[in-house]
Amino acid sequence: MNWQAILPLVLFLIIVFAVGMWAGKYVKRSDSFLQEYFLGGRSLGGFVLAMTLVTTYGSASSFLSGPGAAYNQGLGWVLLSTSQIATGYFVLMILGKKFAIVTRKYKAVTIVDFLKSRYESKWVVLLSSLSILIFLFSAMSAQWIGGGRLIQSLTGLSYIASLFIFSVSVLVYVIIGGFRAIAITDAIQGIVMFAGTLILLIAVIIAGGGVPAIIADLAAENPNLITPFGANADLTPAYVSSFWVLVGVGVVALPQIAVRAMSYKNSRSMHRGIIISTIVVGFIMLNMHLIGVFARPVIPGIEVGDTVMPLLAQTVLPNWLSGIVLAAPMAAIMTTVNSLLLLVSSTIVKDVYLNYIEPTAKERKVKYLSMWVTALLGIVVIVMSLNPPDLIIWLNLFSMGGLEAAFIWPIVMGLYWKKGNKYGAIASMIFGVGSYILFESFYPQPFGMHSVVTSIVIAFIAYVTASLMMQKKHLVIEE
Amino acid sequence: MKKMNMNQDDYRYKIANREALIGIGIVIINFIWWYGFAYGLGSKNPAEYTYILGLPAWFFYSCVLGFVVMVLLIWLVIKLFFIDIPLDELDDKENKQL
Repeated sequence: MNWQAILPLVLFLIIVFAVGMWAGKYVKRSDSFLQEYFLGGRSLGGFVLAMTLVTTYGSASSFLSGPGAAYNQGLGWVLLSTSQIATGYFVLMILGKKFAIVTRKYKAVTIVDFLKSRYESKWVVLLSSLSILIFLFSAMSAQWIGGGRLIQSLTGLSYIASLFIFSVSVLVYVIIGGFRAIAITDAIQGIVMFAGTLILLIAVIIAGGGVPAIIADLAAENPNLITPFGANADLTPAYVSSFWVLVGVGVVALPQIAVRAMSYKNSRSMHRGIIISTIVVGFIMLNMHLIGVFARPVIPGIEVGDTVMPLLAQTVLPNWLSGIVLAAPMAAIMTTVNSLLLLVSSTIVKDVYLNYIEPTAKERKVKYLSMWVTALLGIVVIVMSLNPPDLIIWLNLFSMGGLEAAFIWPIVMGLYWKKGNKYGAIASMIFGVGSYILFESFYPQPFGMHSVVTSIVIAFIAYVTASLMMQKKHLVIEE
Repeated sequence: MKKMNMNQDDYRYKIANREALIGIGIVIINFIWWYGFAYGLGSKNPAEYTYILGLPAWFFYSCVLGFVVMVLLIWLVIKLFFIDIPLDELDDKENKQL
């Protein structure tokens, strides 16, 4: 085992652990358990808000598969990934103050809470809870497996042991600390991700003999690598641009992201949050993918894209430093799964149990239930990660686009369009998710774009049409 | 209950709506900058590329400079147009409604 590399990683886990314990104290002190556990008491400042947004969004793909794709495709893939700069400001600006004000009025703690108060429909609640449970659970399992694999490759332990280490370190602070622990550890891990990116960028430029030399090497190998069109010149402008929807503006509809837009303390934290998250997400996305491209002349001939970044770190950095840098993808995975875990748990406890099974449950009971459900979910995920079922892997492919197609209009139009009603929301969710799965399975890339674009357009038409058509009926029922 | 919750008279909603529109404006500017430089300068033969700081010019302007410009633009827009408002419920306003 490579102790010099493992030591910084262990140290990192211990710090994260300690923060979880410390934040857990707030949960005990706070008056409203639900607000505190699932939303951190709506008290996030600008820096923590920005970091928890960026790290929840930045996952295994930003640090492992993304740079791997850039390694194979060249600068065209970096171009594609820079569309993610938009996520840094778009979510907070679009949901913005309206979302914060309205959710406070509703006393909403989750996205489903918000949809429930806005549309007052059982079906909206059930459909949205179902989408969250299915898509996010499978997304979480996929990341969980990634976390186990990463520890395995770093420590040389068996996959099962690695999975166990990963699970314990995530579960403890999520179960005890809730949202606040997650947000604060996200801030620490965000700093780790930022620093790791910077160190690795400098190291790879030095190892490659400077930027001009690296670019010259790339152009000599295949001139397409330095064009916007990808290694085989098959990345069309339409396809690359459509990622502005999938990983740019569409992110506004991911429940784990949107819930953060109701968690900040005041409008000043939001203003600061927008600036900081744009800087951090832009810096990490631009440079991590650039690192992937620059790695090509330095360590040529890598077959599996996901291994580019760990191999590069071990090649160009001294052992102890590569341990610190590799804590970055670790942090990226942990920060994503912790938020997903809490969100799935809040959907079960808050949105399903408290709404339909026992609305009068006492605070104490809700508290124990929340922690137990979170723990139980964790165990189910661990068991599934030991031997991942194909269904989970299949569903995970649809997770991001599926959630965006389901939620973008019920959330955004629900906030800004008075006439939007429950019929619109239901139609939009069914047509959005349905068309997305159909397109992805049978007719990928309609009009040369990622299928999420077409599905979001279809979902929009469904939302507006159904809302207007059923408007009379809606009014009659209300009166 | 519903009518009160979603009332559009709340003065804060005007501010919030305007800021959301600004967000859409910024993302459009961002996209045009990104697309224009990338495909405007990047579509020619790689042998004819010019370089800035060692990077192909299209990439430098679109991705590197584009990122810096967006951060500055956002900072400026927030300083100039974003207004600090309370987010919690306004008691007197609510009472009037009832």
